[in-house]
Amino acid sequence: MSTELTKRPEALRKAESRQKILAFSSLLVMIIVFSIASPNFATFSNVVGILLSTAVTGILATGVTFIIITGGIDLSLGTVMTFSSVIAGVLITFWGFPIWVGVIGAILAGMLAGLLNGLLIAKLRLPAFIATLGIQMIAQGLNLVISRTRPIYFLHEPKFRQIAMGTLFGIPYSVYLFFGLAIIAGIVLSRTVFGRYTYAIGSNEEATRLSGINVNRWKIGVYVLGGFFYGVAGIVMASRLNSAQPSLGVGYELEAIAAVVIGGASLSGGNGTILGTIIGAFIMSVLTNGLRILSIPQEWQTVVIGAIVILAVYTDILRRRKS
Amino acid sequence: MENIHKSFPGVKALNNCQFDLRLGEVHALVGENGAGKSTLMKILTGIYVQDEGTIYYKGSEVQIPSPRSALDLGISIIHQEFNLVPHLTVAQNVFIGREPRKHRVLLNEKAINQQTKELLETLNIDLDPRSKVMDLTVAEQQMVEIAKAVSYNSAVLVMDEPTAALADSEIGQLFTIMRKLKADGVGIIYISHRLEELKQISDRISVLRDGAYIGTVETKEIEVSKIISMMVGRELYETFSDEAIADSGEVVLEVRNMTRKDGLIQDVSFTLKRGEILGFSGLLGAGRTEVARAIFGADPLSSGEVYLRGKKVNISSPADAAELGIGYLSEDRRHLGLALGLDVTSNVGITNYDAYKGKFGWVKATELKKSVGNLVDILNIKTPSIDQRVANLSGGNQQKTVIAKWLVRDSDILIFDEPTRGIDVGAKNEIYKLLNDLVAEGKSIIMISSDLPEVLRMSHRIIVMCEGRITGELSRKEASQESIMSHATTR
Repeated sequence: MSTELTKRPEALRKAESRQKILAFSSLLVMIIVFSIASPNFATFSNVVGILLSTAVTGILATGVTFIIITGGIDLSLGTVMTFSSVIAGVLITFWGFPIWVGVIGAILAGMLAGLLNGLLIAKLRLPAFIATLGIQMIAQGLNLVISRTRPIYFLHEPKFRQIAMGTLFGIPYSVYLFFGLAIIAGIVLSRTVFGRYTYAIGSNEEATRLSGINVNRWKIGVYVLGGFFYGVAGIVMASRLNSAQPSLGVGYELEAIAAVVIGGASLSGGNGTILGTIIGAFIMSVLTNGLRILSIPQEWQTVVIGAIVILAVYTDILRRRKS
Repeated sequence: MENIHKSFPGVKALNNCQFDLRLGEVHALVGENGAGKSTLMKILTGIYVQDEGTIYYKGSEVQIPSPRSALDLGISIIHQEFNLVPHLTVAQNVFIGREPRKHRVLLNEKAINQQTKELLETLNIDLDPRSKVMDLTVAEQQMVEIAKAVSYNSAVLVMDEPTAALADSEIGQLFTIMRKLKADGVGIIYISHRLEELKQISDRISVLRDGAYIGTVETKEIEVSKIISMMVGRELYETFSDEAIADSGEVVLEVRNMTRKDGLIQDVSFTLKRGEILGFSGLLGAGRTEVARAIFGADPLSSGEVYLRGKKVNISSPADAAELGIGYLSEDRRHLGLALGLDVTSNVGITNYDAYKGKFGWVKATELKKSVGNLVDILNIKTPSIDQRVANLSGGNQQKTVIAKWLVRDSDILIFDEPTRGIDVGAKNEIYKLLNDLVAEGKSIIMISSDLPEVLRMSHRIIVMCEGRITGELSRKEASQESIMSHATTR
């Protein structure tokens, strides 16, 4: 904060709300363009396909939004998601427990990883990047060890597949789950003490600490919450594939974080919304889907997404500078 | 607080300090930078814990291990460096940590806004509780800090340099609030470098020097000069010799028709002569810093010309300016003038590594350290060693480090932006002496300052700005606080 601050003009405050509209309108424009470019785009089955493919990344991104708002980061979310699914596999397939035990176990596994991250970062003061990178690799290794490097199938529990793939009005449960969790997350972020302190810690951690708040406790909480979401994502993923695939995981964290950033959150913390994250996730999935329908080779898809991430963050910086 | 001792690695910050506070009094705590005032208060407010010594509160001995415990006891503090959360609103900041709730988990936003609105009204502060703190001016942020501290209904309120960022009218507002709190029985500990203010508002004054307790006096019974000598330990000549230092008359810098698109600078033209100190006065927002940054190449201009020693120059970056011998000492030295995490040598050497570069870019460390060591001696920078992290130095010594940085470079046009802000009396005088020595050597100085006595004492000529324009140019003889103020407030 410079000492000769003059009041931020109305213009900038309006620009911030305009930015949220910008992300949403880019999404809208993309949808319109693709719908015009190809008749196969705006079909019910394609839309369901988009929703389904966004669900897992969306749940992961929702969970990591809290962490990013506090100014932290979580590189382990992909492999922890897989870890959760592997634990579900162990509980349900190896040890024969009922499905609900597997689900709870998976979620608890995710939260345990989150707790570890939180402790490393808050108590031992490791930089978030390093701590979560370490957990990412540990989880990746454990996944292969526990599963003995082979996928764990849920074949003898047909109901398991229903969790993600059962449909209501033609739309899979996983999509409802995604939206439901997103709505709850949004409420938590904007209307609860937990959400308030998440922003406060990201905006000025020291000031928050000096105001008498136990910053460590809330930071750990944010990572545990993330773990909860990764656990849920793990169940959804396992249910979709009807198996726990131990080598999956690395790469999901970049997509999730990209979604949060495209949605308007700053990696230095203090701002960001769940709605923004969701829009960011859909921008990527709509883009991927649209390009595929237009028969653009798969290799180009990541090129385009990378360009979008850079563009999104750059326009954000331009807007701040313009004031 | 009795017999308080506190040490940090390498330095004994407090040595057997005493302090007491009565109900309903304003007790000022003064001392040079580094005297230990902040440390003592950090112990009182739970940020540090004392190594030895006892604290008695309302008659009984207490332990204060954390900020929360201090707040719970009824001790709150307004820090010098604001402790506000920029992305949150005024109301959210005031109630942080003790938000009224609906059903335990949900925030009662309506109550937060309503209660803050009432609080601000009682204190006569004109702010919208729903504005984000980062949208406020520094003075407004200060007011939020004050409102927040007051709302804890503490029995003890510590104020660390509360007036540093305030204009006179706002200071009056602050004092009214303080008198009201006094009448309510609140004890206020007031840390300030502005000794004249203490005469107005405090009942007693305690002095610390180099970590030791010097004494406590009744404000009515003492003069400012005596306070200064207690702080500094010696009789100090407050005023400087008034001899007008003869300047050579040669124009070293000329600015013509400088304008910025957003109107913060409008058609500014002036000259700077060799060997003179040109003061720049004006209110916050008058455009003085913008002019300095424009000359220094830190901000782009939409029109205007700069002539250096008669020749037109094109300065499009600070690197260009530094190359031409211009140095700029920003007003926010902590963020814009120093790399706090690095040591003194690195900070001083940063402008001039070219001179200390050997083959393949190898840094000639011994030579650099020698030059730096020299400057540290000349400028009397108090530091255990030149490898000391700059973050650990006091404000005055940090400022001297920034000055040294430009002297290493041998810059001969120096622009000082609020050179003595936040610096104690003893160090201030050293800096004034330094400025006079520099111009005596033939350097030229532009000094931006909001401290009128300082501007009047040090400048050969004074330029006054108001809302982006130059509204007056006064010689030392013609200038007075009133004439400067009137130019500063009328376009």
